[in-house]
Amino acid sequence: MTDKYAQFVSRGIGKDVARRLGLPQPVMLRRYHPGQSLVPGPILVQGSSGGADDLAATLLSWDLDVRRHAVPREKLGAIVLVLDELDRPEDLERPVLSVASSVRDLAPNARVVTVSRTSASAPTPAAAAARQGVDGLLRSLAKELRAGATANGIVLADGVITVSPSALGALRFFLSGRSAFVDGQLLTVASGEGQLPADPHKPLAGKVAVVTGAARGIGAAIARTLHRDGATLVVVDIPAAGDHLAAVANEVRGTALQLDISREDAGQRIIDHAVGRHGRLDIIIHNAGITRDKLLANMDAGRWNSVIAVNIAAQLRINEALLASEHFRNAPRIVSVASTSGIAGNRGQTNYAASKGGVMGMVRATAPLLAQRHGSINAVAPGFIETEMTARIPFATREIARRLNSLQQGGQPGDVAEAIAFLASDAAGGITGEVLRVCGQNLVGA
Amino acid sequence: MSFNGLSATGPDESSTTSAPAPAAGTVRRAVVVGGNRIPFARTGGAYTKSSNQDMLTAALDGLIARFGLQDERIGEVAAGAVLKHSRDFNLTREAVLGSALSAETPAYDLQQACATGLETVLGLANKIKLGQIDSAIAGGVDSASDAPIAVSEGLREVLLDLNRAKSLPQRLQVLSRLRPKDLAPDAPNTGEPRTGLSMGEHQALTTAQWKIAREAQDELAYNSHRNLAAAYDAGFFDDLLTPYRGLNRDSNLRPDTTLEKLATLKPVFGKNLGAEATMTAGNSTPLTDGASTVLLASEEWADAHELPKLATVIDGEAAAVDFVHGKDGLLMAPAFAVPRLLARNGLTLDDIDLFEIHEAFAGTVLSTLAAWEDEEFGRTRLGLDGALGSVDRSKLNVNGSSLAAGHPFAATGGRIVASLAKMLHEKGQVDGRPARGLISICAAGGQGVVAILEAL
Repeated sequence: MTDKYAQFVSRGIGKDVARRLGLPQPVMLRRYHPGQSLVPGPILVQGSSGGADDLAATLLSWDLDVRRHAVPREKLGAIVLVLDELDRPEDLERPVLSVASSVRDLAPNARVVTVSRTSASAPTPAAAAARQGVDGLLRSLAKELRAGATANGIVLADGVITVSPSALGALRFFLSGRSAFVDGQLLTVASGEGQLPADPHKPLAGKVAVVTGAARGIGAAIARTLHRDGATLVVVDIPAAGDHLAAVANEVRGTALQLDISREDAGQRIIDHAVGRHGRLDIIIHNAGITRDKLLANMDAGRWNSVIAVNIAAQLRINEALLASEHFRNAPRIVSVASTSGIAGNRGQTNYAASKGGVMGMVRATAPLLAQRHGSINAVAPGFIETEMTARIPFATREIARRLNSLQQGGQPGDVAEAIAFLASDAAGGITGEVLRVCGQNLVGA
Repeated sequence: MSFNGLSATGPDESSTTSAPAPAAGTVRRAVVVGGNRIPFARTGGAYTKSSNQDMLTAALDGLIARFGLQDERIGEVAAGAVLKHSRDFNLTREAVLGSALSAETPAYDLQQACATGLETVLGLANKIKLGQIDSAIAGGVDSASDAPIAVSEGLREVLLDLNRAKSLPQRLQVLSRLRPKDLAPDAPNTGEPRTGLSMGEHQALTTAQWKIAREAQDELAYNSHRNLAAAYDAGFFDDLLTPYRGLNRDSNLRPDTTLEKLATLKPVFGKNLGAEATMTAGNSTPLTDGASTVLLASEEWADAHELPKLATVIDGEAAAVDFVHGKDGLLMAPAFAVPRLLARNGLTLDDIDLFEIHEAFAGTVLSTLAAWEDEEFGRTRLGLDGALGSVDRSKLNVNGSSLAAGHPFAATGGRIVASLAKMLHEKGQVDGRPARGLISICAAGGQGVVAILEAL
């Protein structure tokens, strides 16, 4: 699962050859570990609105080195471009061009974060054009950045202030090493719900979280990340994966539940276990999924049905049980793992893409059902992630697939886990019904 | 007479034990929280390269994961193996150290042949009942694949004398005693030291004595496979078993076996009995590798840890028979232990809702049942007015037993206790009282250990 090419071009003769030939030069991404500083240098907060001032003041209160004006040739850790009061496309010019030359001063693994408003409810066509314009700007800038730097956007619904809990939560996530493989993405903050954690390094303290498909790969990484962030874990996988599951459970000091999630009573058994053993249930991560690839022309009912049953029908049934339970009422969180296949499609994966597209539809439609209990539901769509599964892809295909994104490398299971841990936290309460891609801005499905 | 174990009296030791000790003259309940085992593998199969310590550690780690016992200091862990390397003198403690439990968890090894696993349960349950410990893990493991092989007695004596010799001439003199035959290794076998007969040959004599028909033995084996397969299909083992080395189910299980297929097998034991030779590879348990564990606790400990309580350990009894002089069959000790246990608890066979009679051989189970149904045996050997009674076959080994699952000697007790506790818990109440289960395990050396569990 190691990316030998990335290692080769990172130093010595390999680095030289890659530079001369114009070959991709992926860098080691800055990934989060507890105690790490939020950004690798000063933060330039650009924007003239009151929202920009509030944001700059908050960042200062986090003991960060904040600039309101660029100092030429000073290396920057991040640029926060606040564009929350655009009326017309022409309004973009001043703030955008004022940071233009600073892009060159970004340190390796730096961050650009835009803060704008949703175009969906813009008061005028001109305002909508300006707001939507930020999306195109952001996605293009993400493709221009180099050396592990990323650009992501926070899109505020009308009435949501720049320093609302989830706007700050999302900003913190995008600035930090937790978002290493998230690039060119826009995340909408729909409301002022949510709460910032007392300890930013233990955002899940006191929570009980269930992770399905946790025996290996991305699921095991999710369990480790949630444990690191302070959650008590219930790890779930099919009985046949029980030995790997037990190892994960013992590593994260949680309990193992051997359960086929496609069973009729799976939801109730999950609730019974979590509440019976740990007294509560706050978070469920629907990670379990299978692939049974075949071109549609060769598809049979067995392959089709098993993928639909595990990847989407089981999630729907478990969610129904959770929504009906008195134990899932206190600002609960549901995070599902979708896939870029469900967005862009993938040859040979009609069944899988249907199930993952289904996950995104389910997330959008379930969000209103959770709103009254201050809950949220979101999905994370991984792109090319270095797992046992992708390690089995033939060499050439794999080598091309992992370079086809702005960061020119595959993501790690932990990168997906970080996005999930953020969406599962109290701070993300104002974000719901969203699909966040963890794909390094993959060219596919953009 | 009370049979819940609460009326038993003994020396007053409560003043010297810790806070949770029960009041003077009483004992508290010991409950089965749950269990975990690895699938049992036929010898020479999936676990060929696994040691007893590997397998016991795996079974422990699965239990720890199921019940969230990481870093927990358990009151005591007891387990054992029948076929044991001399280096494994601290097998259980070493497995604990290799597991996710607190390294401050004490452990001891126990060995009572095939009854090892059940005896660890009874011994630890008694400690919990007396308030000496609040939690315990009982278990057992055996590998016939990774069995110890010893040097011959001649070579061993030479080597020891060589170690004691002080000069070169002395050493040469000791070495000169060595003969080629001394170099042949001494492999373990299941033969009885005092008779030279294997367990199967012994049982063949008993089977013939009780006139157990071949068809009856094959039927018992068939039911064992059918019941175990159905239990797997129903997900019964989902919270009792953790896969190991690629095995998800017991490798000896033949879900598709038929009475016709079993009838075609040739006798392998008691071949000198001619027409009375009825014991085949199909109705005898093969050598098996595997490990099992059971989590026991006081009710207070289970509640404080938010853990389930499946059943209580009511009582246990051991018995032994004089098989050396042929008075009874080698594996007939449970035929005596069960009546004594029932009597002490004021019960009859009719008061039992689930029977778990270990299937060393189909003939063992059927000989035991025949003895209990025999008037003469009841009067002369059990001291009763007549026969002890008969066992309702629909209550016998309902989720399969050793003929299908296999029998890694010391691991069988843990398998049965955990499965029976779960079955009793699911059954709940019978006729307004807790469902009651009886366990019977025969063992080498003419021994047997039996126990009663009750549903919670």
